Amino acid sequence: MKTDITKMLQKKRKQILEDWMTNQLEDEGLREDLMSNEELREQSNELLDALLKALTAENVADAQSEDFEMVHEILSGISISRARQGFSPRETGIFVFSLKDALLKNLQSDLKDDPAALVDAIIQINKLMDNLGVVTFETFIKGREEVILRQTDEITEISTPVIRVWDGILALPIIGTLDSARTQVVMENLLQEIVASGSTIAILDISGVPAVDSLVAQHLIKTVAATRLMGAECIISGIRPEIAQTVVHLGIDLSTIVTKASLASALKYAFTMLKLEVKKVQNKAAL
Amino acid sequence: MDRIPILRMGKFLLVTIQIDLYDRLATNLESDLVNMVNKTEARGVLIDISALSIVDSFMGRILGNIGSMSKIMDAETVVVGMQPAVAITLIELGLELKGVHTALNVEKGMELLKEKIGSSEEEPDADEDSID
Repeated sequence: MKTDITKMLQKKRKQILEDWMTNQLEDEGLREDLMSNEELREQSNELLDALLKALTAENVADAQSEDFEMVHEILSGISISRARQGFSPRETGIFVFSLKDALLKNLQSDLKDDPAALVDAIIQINKLMDNLGVVTFETFIKGREEVILRQTDEITEISTPVIRVWDGILALPIIGTLDSARTQVVMENLLQEIVASGSTIAILDISGVPAVDSLVAQHLIKTVAATRLMGAECIISGIRPEIAQTVVHLGIDLSTIVTKASLASALKYAFTMLKLEVKKVQNKAAL
Repeated sequence: MDRIPILRMGKFLLVTIQIDLYDRLATNLESDLVNMVNKTEARGVLIDISALSIVDSFMGRILGNIGSMSKIMDAETVVVGMQPAVAITLIELGLELKGVHTALNVEKGMELLKEKIGSSEEEPDADEDSID
């Protein structure tokens, strides 16, 4: 009886593919903007091919069988590439579940006369396809997580540049939230750059930090203290009104640190410390 | 028994720590240095720790102690050339080395010392030198 199902399905391969494609193309969530119909047909064909090839009378009831490894692999590939292309989970799910509909439809028409065998076959196919659905989602989410991880790495990499604004003056604009891990990176970068460039003044600009709580302030104070130990002076600039309010309300003492409202005034202060002067050049022609 | 050499340079004392300090060496340095300040009437102490890659809380305290002791004997202390990793460790240990001045390198440290000492007694010294 069981051989009947797999053989039957293999024989009707073409019909199943057509039904599947119809199912997919009928769905409202079809993303023609992300993938062409030809490409979709190719993917469907490949998966169906692998599935029908792997399917035997013995393993149709055992979804975890090793015979399906190839199918899982193809499905994972499709699912991950869809996650990267920006398909929604629903759209990815429909890809697999519409195949189930196509399979069941064909079984139904073939086993019309044998209800008992039909129920049996439906249960088996259901189990198998549900398992494939789970695999799809697992890899889909894995693909999404990879994207997120990569973005996080990129953010931490680009967010801590140390800029030499003048001979002996470094600026470090901090953008985004300051947590312990980032403070560590910021501190190390800054201190290393101080040694490398022999700078005596470092300006920490926090205008890009959305909120300052006691923990962030603690991190800032630590960074300033470490720069001092190195023998350089540290100025904190970019104190926005909201930040000033929270700092005072939280009772954080920043009186030991030089703070300036803007990077410009911090730079001015740094010039004074280095006994530098910025002068406007007199235009000779005007005289 | 190892000792860290203390060099005299005019009104200043120079200490260059080239090896990793162990506790006994550090306490010896502390007492030697204070004796030297007393004997030579030095006005400034410059400690170069650029070769020091490992510090612990004890070392941090010794450095702080040297600063405070020299201070009450009327000598300024400058610690120069601290490695970034050392600075981070000291901060994590909660040691801010209060009472000790810091500079990036020996050159800047000497400038700082001269500035500190010069501001308190510049004129008499300058006069003496010109007479000599």
